[in-house]
Amino acid sequence: MGVNSKEIEVLQIIEENGRVSLNTLAKMVELSEEQVEGILKKLEKEKVILSYSAVIDWSKVYDQENVTAMIDVKVTPQRGVGFDDIAKRIYRFPEVKALYLMSGAYDLSVVIEGKSMSQIARFVSDKLSTLDSVISTTTHFQLKKYKHDGVVFEDGEEDRRIVVTP
Amino acid sequence: MVQSTKVNRRLSKSVQSIQPSGIRRFFDLASTMDNIISLGVGEPDFVTPWNVREAAFSSLERGFTAYTANAGLLELREEISKYMSQQFALPYSPDSEVLVTVGASEAIDLAIRALVDPGDEVIVVEPTFVSYAPIVSLAGGVPVSVGTKKEDEFKVTPAQLEAAITPKTKLVMICFPNNPTGAVMTKEELELISHVIKKHDLLVLSDEIYAELSYETSHYSIARLPDMRDRTVVISGFSKAFAMTGWRLGFTLAPEDITAAMLKIHQYTMMCASTPAQYGALEALQNGLADVKKMVQSYNQRRNFIVKSYAEIGLPCHTPGGAFYAFPSIKNTGYDSGEFAEKLLLEERVAVVPGDVFGEGGEGHIRCSYATSMENLEESVRRIGRFLEKHTR
Repeated sequence: MGVNSKEIEVLQIIEENGRVSLNTLAKMVELSEEQVEGILKKLEKEKVILSYSAVIDWSKVYDQENVTAMIDVKVTPQRGVGFDDIAKRIYRFPEVKALYLMSGAYDLSVVIEGKSMSQIARFVSDKLSTLDSVISTTTHFQLKKYKHDGVVFEDGEEDRRIVVTP
Repeated sequence: MVQSTKVNRRLSKSVQSIQPSGIRRFFDLASTMDNIISLGVGEPDFVTPWNVREAAFSSLERGFTAYTANAGLLELREEISKYMSQQFALPYSPDSEVLVTVGASEAIDLAIRALVDPGDEVIVVEPTFVSYAPIVSLAGGVPVSVGTKKEDEFKVTPAQLEAAITPKTKLVMICFPNNPTGAVMTKEELELISHVIKKHDLLVLSDEIYAELSYETSHYSIARLPDMRDRTVVISGFSKAFAMTGWRLGFTLAPEDITAAMLKIHQYTMMCASTPAQYGALEALQNGLADVKKMVQSYNQRRNFIVKSYAEIGLPCHTPGGAFYAFPSIKNTGYDSGEFAEKLLLEERVAVVPGDVFGEGGEGHIRCSYATSMENLEESVRRIGRFLEKHTR
């Protein structure tokens, strides 16, 4: 769809900070609050903006840390629908956080989040591997999160400038 | 800080003739306090883009740890020449008209020392960067201040210039986009002052370090005007546009004779700029312009926010056309700029720089740098708003 430069600017700002207030956003792009609200509504309706979310470091919250695994899945594509039907069957599981069709050594990359390794193992063996068109799975557990969605976890790049400079 | 009025026989008269920077005084006060929101910083809040930092590491790994040519790596001068020519229509020969310096500050010092004899008068268009007048004094020159006015959007007029010129005038120092006012001068406005400059056969030092940070119009250098190239030293560097303040890397563009003269001083004092910094700068020019564009867009958004927000809280502020400073008037509080800044710091913990430290025309204003996070800017507006409610008369 056609998106003008002001709309792109709005998208760039909210991609970095979805919580920016309407008032501040309007001032930043030199539009009225109503105009910015209109842009957001339009882009939401057109499904350019899909959701507003936060990147959270759950490892800092007691007892809330999840285990994340990326599973490479080889599947047999089906006549007529290719990979779409099997993709749909997989992404409907609530455990699945992300799903991508890949080129290369395998077909689907599935990102799973669970409470424990055994919970993920159960999902893979009971639910994923038993699907008819799934040929094989390879599970990789994430050990540590350094950067996610463009956000660096604990990068320590704080403002090192002195308080007043020429 | 106590200023001794007694003449110290150990120290040179020229160094005793100059005052320590007013910014320094304010820094000493601010640095004793915690939890300050600082709008007092004259440098980008971005860390130097990663590829530039990486290029400097890599130059060290490869063992590039020796001196470079006095004028700077030829490769870097060639890139500077290409960049200035493409970006600002300023073509200069990398062999004889480009000089790489230790920050734009050294470049200013070199230009003044190369051009000014003791007793020569140098017109300093103010409010402006704090170093110009002291550098002139240290070279034995006589700084003559021309204070621009808010009514003229802090641009110097031909009449103001004409009035300040005497038979001893040698040079005019300008800085656009300006620190601290954010003012920019258009081609037409520069043209008018260029007539005066040519009529009196003066030289120009044009500090264009903020050229990339021009928002409404693209930057136009006075050196582009007819017969001005030969009488102008253009000063620029990597600090502001490429977020490389700590690297201390600047450069000059000037006619061959002036470049050769500056090079002489440079080779006896600095020898050459730091080698890893020069390799970083090379990467910045070759692959960093997309980062510059992103940073400029971000400054522009913050500028828009600040100008609108200041209007809402009753802090009258002209729209800065460049750099990353707002220079609002605080006259309706009745305080002078030093008192205002100090009270604001103590009561609301917001650090701004009093306008009077930037010279004539700066009194009655404060410099607020918007090179800080949006969260800081939003909070600072709340705090300054609260402060004004208490103190506006």
